[in-house]
Amino acid sequence: MRPTTSAEQTKPGVQEYKVPLNANQARVEAARCLFCDDAPCVKACPTSIDVPQFIRKITTGNLWGSARTILQANVLGRSCARVCPVEELCVGDCVLNEDGRAPIQIGRLQRFATDYAFARGWRYAEAGPASGRSVALVGGGPASLAAAHQLRIFGHSCTIYEKRSRLGGLNASGIAPYKMTDEIAMEEVDWVLGIGGIEVRTGIEVGCDISLEELEQDHDAIFIGAGLGADTLLTDLPGSELGGIEGAVDFIERAKSGCVDLRRVKRALVIGGGNTALDAVRLLVRILPPGGDVRLLYRGDAAVMPGYAHELAAARVEGVGMHWHTQPVAFLGEIDEESGQPRIHALRCTRTDDRKRPIPGTEHTLACDLVILAIGQSPAVARIASTPGLEFVGGCLRVDATGATGRPGVFAGGDCVNGGTEVVQAVKEGMRAAVTIDEYLKGVER
Amino acid sequence: MKPDLTANCAGIVSPNPFWLASAPPTNTGEQVMRAFEAGWGGAVWKTLGQPIQNVTSRFGALRHPAARTIGFNNIELITDRSLEVNFREIAAVKKRFPERAVVVSLMFETEAEWKDAIERSIDAGADGLELNFGCPHGMCERGMGSAVGQEPKINERITSWVSALSSIPVIVKLTPNVHDIRPHGLAAQRGGADGVSLINTVKSIIGVDIDRLIPQPIVGDLGTNGGYCGPAVKPIALHMLAALSRDERFHLPLSGIGGISNWRDAVEFLLLGASCVQVCTEVMLHGYRVVEDMLDGLEGYMREHQFYTLEDFVGRAVAACSDWGDLDLNHELVARIDADQCIGCYDCVVACADGGHQCIARAPDGAPRVPQVDEEECVGCNLCEIVCPVPGCITMTAIDNGFAPASWNDHLTHGARLRPKKGSHG
Repeated sequence: MRPTTSAEQTKPGVQEYKVPLNANQARVEAARCLFCDDAPCVKACPTSIDVPQFIRKITTGNLWGSARTILQANVLGRSCARVCPVEELCVGDCVLNEDGRAPIQIGRLQRFATDYAFARGWRYAEAGPASGRSVALVGGGPASLAAAHQLRIFGHSCTIYEKRSRLGGLNASGIAPYKMTDEIAMEEVDWVLGIGGIEVRTGIEVGCDISLEELEQDHDAIFIGAGLGADTLLTDLPGSELGGIEGAVDFIERAKSGCVDLRRVKRALVIGGGNTALDAVRLLVRILPPGGDVRLLYRGDAAVMPGYAHELAAARVEGVGMHWHTQPVAFLGEIDEESGQPRIHALRCTRTDDRKRPIPGTEHTLACDLVILAIGQSPAVARIASTPGLEFVGGCLRVDATGATGRPGVFAGGDCVNGGTEVVQAVKEGMRAAVTIDEYLKGVER
Repeated sequence: MKPDLTANCAGIVSPNPFWLASAPPTNTGEQVMRAFEAGWGGAVWKTLGQPIQNVTSRFGALRHPAARTIGFNNIELITDRSLEVNFREIAAVKKRFPERAVVVSLMFETEAEWKDAIERSIDAGADGLELNFGCPHGMCERGMGSAVGQEPKINERITSWVSALSSIPVIVKLTPNVHDIRPHGLAAQRGGADGVSLINTVKSIIGVDIDRLIPQPIVGDLGTNGGYCGPAVKPIALHMLAALSRDERFHLPLSGIGGISNWRDAVEFLLLGASCVQVCTEVMLHGYRVVEDMLDGLEGYMREHQFYTLEDFVGRAVAACSDWGDLDLNHELVARIDADQCIGCYDCVVACADGGHQCIARAPDGAPRVPQVDEEECVGCNLCEIVCPVPGCITMTAIDNGFAPASWNDHLTHGARLRPKKGSHG
């Protein structure tokens, strides 16, 4: 019988939950596609990948063309194949659902084609003739990578300023490892940079190490794709300084790099109702010691939570407990025997009503030795918030439909604009802004 | 280096070898323009003649259980639009897409009609003419189409009229409804044609409505034979293409037609000597957009094989086309099953037992469900490999039997020694 493991599944505890297709499985699955015209799956994709075309090409063995169709529409199509919530996008809109049949596994087919292309080092775009113009990109996540790649096709030189030590943004650090390994994200970064002419300056935070105005002097246009900032923490609750209380994005990143010690964690609580909270619980059930108990606390319920229904259903199957209409009021600690430091050992909570307001007299205590806060991230653009012409709404940088901010020559896209959503949306906004920037540069005198 | 897909068939140059065949997808200028926008390299205009009246319905399909059409049948005739409109649209298409090949398909009765249509085609800017000597339904009852293509003398005569009158390349489209294609290709060559295209559709009845007791497609209360095309006719087309490519007397460029659905099919036609291909059924079923896979699929194939132009591989499989009598009878294959890949369906066991030579057994009770091949009896027919649902699981493996290569012709002419037969079970 054939083995079903892949190289990416070898790390203990973080096996990929979506197993890759082999060549025969991919061909057979692709042959089920109806090759719809004006296809709903294409309309559901923010980057409008021509899904029926790339799938047809798998049936004919034209993997060179299949990956081209994907990667020309979405330069991060390889990681999107893994991290896209396809159940909410292309797969959810597959017409086969209407017939009561299983929808085409578009994400897995996209992964098959793009993995094949990457294994062979295929590239589809070349940098255009040098325009003599340069663009600064603030932040090195999906939006900036997509924008830079497209700007290079237009011939503009690019410099990415990234405050961290490496590129990739949340797509590298913030994706739960059972969805995508670090290696995949970094290979993709290298593939994007392979177009040439993209200078990378890491360890530089714009607004801190260098000002936006200085960038404007050095470059002809600026793209802000700075993403989101640190996890929001409940610092106003009693006991928030205790050990064992962590932000979810930070926790996922450290778990990916193997920097968390969970040996003595028996009960973990994750607070929040979004997709980061669901990522955190699903990661915890995989990496806690055997017998570990993982629960989700949310002040609303399944019907109103912003996290995806398919992720919630998967978390339930994986054994995650749910505390609906519950919110924390205090962290209770005790001295940890091993470290001698105060550490969380219980969470004081209250029940909430249908409007998420606390119900008096419903306070209760839940035992725990780890609390993960997945209640949002702060805006990352705070340091440039006072720049004239930049406008913010609810912490999000405002842009028009073309990706232009109110400040001439400054454009933006990705999480810092949309408040945090799918990688594929950031790619779309980055590519859209690149087109706008190209038009802007053509219209500006040297 | 990026492969160059430019094609040149009978002096008609197109940016790629994918032409639309003369059929419903080339009925109007608006359609051909959309096809060219989608990337098609050329188009052979829906056959012009004295406009006809069509019937309903016109099409029939042979379906695979997975609801895919594998064979297609039509009883539609040539253009039903006026010649004036057609020529006006041909001129408009050429004006907007000067680098694409526009070939006009023609079918007329009298020399005067042919002369008029040829002149008007050239005036409209056509790159070539294709003479429809192949249509096997309707038009042949009026003495045209396959009625011409089945008679080499008539073929040659009309071809020579046209060639004398035409200043642009002339391609003769042949019917497969003949027992040997070669005399018909040679007739076109004698008539002065610049190239030959093949095949037109195969005379057929696609099916019978078993409740109404009428052959399909049904027109009122009657049915008639039509022209069969689509993936199912590809093997017939490949054989006829190879037969002309192999014939030392035949020297004309070839345009391949018949069941081409994707780039792989196209490569097969090119390898057997076609310098361009024509597509109809796949476009009728799925639209002009199918050319995208044909274009980058062909490009990917050329990159992989380091072919930089079509000339690098057109005709490269012709030399390996042989006669049965020259095949090596001592070449010995046996089936080997990869236990790691086997999924235990036993499709090979039943196929070998009932349609093969009874040399694949089920696994013993309690053992993993992997079939056992008796290599001493395996005749190497490869039926098991064909029925296996896992490509690569069953491999036909050559074994060294110590016998020098020997064909039947070698055996007859000088008594070459043949290996003992297998699979007769005593």
